[in-house]
Amino acid sequence: MSTEHTKSGTLFTPWNILAGIILAAGVVATIMRFTMGIGSVTNLSDNNPWGIWIGFDLLCGVALAAGGYTTSAACYIFGFKRFHGAVRPAILTAFLGYALVVFALNYDVGRPWRLPYPIFYQQGTTSILFEVGLCVFIYLTVLFLEYLPAALEWKRGFDKYRGILIKLTMGLTILGVILSTLHQSSLGALYLIVPSKLHPLWYTPYLPVMFFMSSMFAGMSMVITEGTISHKYFHHKMDGEYNEGYLDLQFAFAKASAWVMAGYLAMKVLGLAMDNRWHYLFTGYGAWWLFEVVGFVVLPCYCYAVGYRDRNIGLVRVAAPWTVIGIMLNRFDVSLIAFNWQLPSADRYFPSVGEITISLFVITLGIIAFRFIVTRMPIFYVHPAYKDSSH
Amino acid sequence: MKRRHFLGLLGAAGVTMGSGLSAQAASSADVKGLPNANGVLFDATRCIGCRKCEAACNQVNELPKPAKAFDDLTVLDTIRRTDAKTYTIVNKYVPEAGKPPVFRKSQCNHCMEPACASACFVAAFKKTETGAVVYDESVCVGCRYCMVACPFNIPTYEYDKAFTPRVMKCTMCYPRLLEGKLPGCVEACPKEALLYGKRRELINIAWDRIGATPGRYVEHVYGEREMGGTSWLYVAPKPSFAAIGMDENLGTASAPELTSGALAAVPAVAGIWPVLLTGLYAITKRKDKIAEAEKQAAVAAAIATASADAAAKLSEELAKAEVANKRRIEVEVTKALEAAAKAAEEGEDA
Repeated sequence: MSTEHTKSGTLFTPWNILAGIILAAGVVATIMRFTMGIGSVTNLSDNNPWGIWIGFDLLCGVALAAGGYTTSAACYIFGFKRFHGAVRPAILTAFLGYALVVFALNYDVGRPWRLPYPIFYQQGTTSILFEVGLCVFIYLTVLFLEYLPAALEWKRGFDKYRGILIKLTMGLTILGVILSTLHQSSLGALYLIVPSKLHPLWYTPYLPVMFFMSSMFAGMSMVITEGTISHKYFHHKMDGEYNEGYLDLQFAFAKASAWVMAGYLAMKVLGLAMDNRWHYLFTGYGAWWLFEVVGFVVLPCYCYAVGYRDRNIGLVRVAAPWTVIGIMLNRFDVSLIAFNWQLPSADRYFPSVGEITISLFVITLGIIAFRFIVTRMPIFYVHPAYKDSSH
Repeated sequence: MKRRHFLGLLGAAGVTMGSGLSAQAASSADVKGLPNANGVLFDATRCIGCRKCEAACNQVNELPKPAKAFDDLTVLDTIRRTDAKTYTIVNKYVPEAGKPPVFRKSQCNHCMEPACASACFVAAFKKTETGAVVYDESVCVGCRYCMVACPFNIPTYEYDKAFTPRVMKCTMCYPRLLEGKLPGCVEACPKEALLYGKRRELINIAWDRIGATPGRYVEHVYGEREMGGTSWLYVAPKPSFAAIGMDENLGTASAPELTSGALAAVPAVAGIWPVLLTGLYAITKRKDKIAEAEKQAAVAAAIATASADAAAKLSEELAKAEVANKRRIEVEVTKALEAAAKAAEEGEDA
């Protein structure tokens, strides 16, 4: 996976071979999807209209791309200027995340060429999905503008435009927080309309609040995880500012995540208490709910807290991917596992090889794009020509 | 006379005002949906499971012919649901072992406040004046949120079409209604298990049937209030609607009621966040500024104290030095005087 290998001319690294296989399989599945229809590659059915392309690609993709708004808000709005070095990697991760969410949607919807319809042609303003679509569309544009200075510094000669974008930083950051609040919560609100289909342990009027709160620690945990991995593979690209803030940031995000997770846990318990749903805890779904909440909220939250208190970065770096997996588990629970829980098992959904292939294909494209950009553009370091500029 | 006339007018005005107010209040709180919408009443005690409605639906909607013919009743041995080639199906249930089966027809219930219409982000679904909920394929993106949202699992999708997949569901034979005809299934039913008419009249008929034969029916008209009410209404024999595969726990809140709170939060967030965030930013900045100012003030104060101390010390030293100097001068003068006196003495002696 190291870039050193490619520099020495070896194309057949294990990573490249794996990526090649996934890309080839993805191209085959893509051709099938767009020539023979959704049914040819998926296990979707009339009872299960949404599968992992929504549950994973959309719900997890958007939640895990929340590092963009959390990091830029921490740095620019809340005044944690020492996190400045972490803003660009987080914005890039978020931008690629959202771009891939939109890319993957083209596979899932029946007529992707009509995706602009809800925004430009006929607006279904009563739909939560309309709100999601509008916010994601605008936020993708915002993230692109936030990412753009790095690309302009790489190509040089666009200082005028770069200057304008830098001046917009504060406005874009605030806009990003508004849009993220709206669509992160709306992804949860999508399920408010199905009280009869979603298991009562997961269905609560707090769903939008829970999705928003969990997006905060999902984003921060993703920033810690991404930073740890990037350090391993792109260390030679990182400069003083990035490295000085790096540990500080990981500890600060560990502390913040622990607090938000504690609040989220309280919401989870309140959700049960409000509708007196305690008795469901003693069913099979109850055991699964406890597995999610204790195993992937309480425990990583505790690890974050202890890791911060003891200045134990190793523990923090364990808690981060653990939390990320927990978020994915939660989104899977809401969209797939606890959804349609009353249907007989023969009518339940399990993803097909084709669906998994496309999801892996999308992730691989993301990693390749990330690697392409960070090895060329000033993401982990400040471009020498712009050392004196404050951004 | 005049006075009474005036009072009369006043009273009339008061009544008009009062009635106007109450009418307004009623219009915003009580009247829901389309009061003149049509609907269909399905009576499960009359249905014999002949599948004639399925055949008629297939014919009038020009749907593809199924693998098994409509007069093949072995189809009823498995529970089915609507699919992209079938708008309606009849299922067979045996609520109590040893007793005759009960049949239940399933199709779009044409909700008064349709979840599909509420969920559609291109507004492809519409509740028409006739009561039928219709779908416009020319704008459909194919997100299938309508299928997720439908509490009755009715809309289906043409998953096998690559270029023109559509959502498929019963239209209550909307085109036929516009021509003044009955829905295909209603017209074909040989047992009058299906009755088409004004929804509010159907509700009365349904309750009349329940009341006329005590003990026969479940005392509930399914669809009267479920999910805000549906145009398709059901009465069923005892023991329950659940026994014929119908969800009895849907609640009476319509789909828009379930999501309106979340949608109402949008302007609140869009309005409050910018103010709050710029405020936070301003507070952070101001804190920095105050901290900086305090630092500078402290430094200035320290410098001032130090220089004051230095000045005091200097003047003290100067004063001391002056005293010392005076002394020295005095000593020297005294010495000189003494010396002069001595010299004078010696001169006298000499």
